[in-house]
Amino acid sequence: MKEEIGFDDYLDCRNLTCPMPVLKTRNAISKLSSGQVLKMAATDPGFIADIDYWSARTGNSLLKSELDGSAHIFFIQKN
Amino acid sequence: MSNTNGGTKRLALISSRGTLDWAYPPFILASAAGAMGWEVAIFFTFYGLPLLKKDLDASVTPAGNPAMPMKMPFGPEGFQSINWNIPNVISNNVPGFDSIATNLMKQTFKKKGVASIEELRDMCIEMDDIRLIGCQMTMDVFGFTKDEFVDECEIGGAATFLEYAADSDVSLFV
Repeated sequence: MKEEIGFDDYLDCRNLTCPMPVLKTRNAISKLSSGQVLKMAATDPGFIADIDYWSARTGNSLLKSELDGSAHIFFIQKN
Repeated sequence: MSNTNGGTKRLALISSRGTLDWAYPPFILASAAGAMGWEVAIFFTFYGLPLLKKDLDASVTPAGNPAMPMKMPFGPEGFQSINWNIPNVISNNVPGFDSIATNLMKQTFKKKGVASIEELRDMCIEMDDIRLIGCQMTMDVFGFTKDEFVDECEIGGAATFLEYAADSDVSLFV
């Protein structure tokens, strides 16, 4: 059974390529308050590596990532 | 000027080519760096300078680009995967071939989910920590005026860029 994580906003970046998922994630996170969670979906394989580096660099937490069909789903908590 | 802002990384880019294909690297890297909280400056010089114009009209030319794939962005999958081997005598001499190639590349990029240069540039403009610097000398040589460029850019010379680059963590010439 999947563990459900609550989220405050959802961002669909499916079918977008580099660097748009990173840019849109940044914009979406900037609109959240500290502690809030963004759920986002991406299909760009490069983004799986990018989101790790982006999170580490910006101090936001990648809580969870999972595969849902052809899309990767990420839960990112704002620092 | 010194990089006294703690752990913030800095990227210094020179953009010297204004074709559609070569317009991508500086705007992709700058916007991605900005999204990571880096400070960025792009120095637009020589043929890169028109990328600051309010009306972007970057195009691409297959002439002198033997590695450029020529593929169609429409039709069945098998048709789309054909790499058309266009002889130089056609690509270099047929009038309008560059505008065909430019349109094909734009359509292909759009279909593959690649942002347009305009979108990426707008992202860069929105981020406060990204400076867009136009080269004064290039303006004089090619007869550009500041009002042709986006309002958010500044004008400077080699010393302006070098002072920024001296305290940068990454410097790239594109």
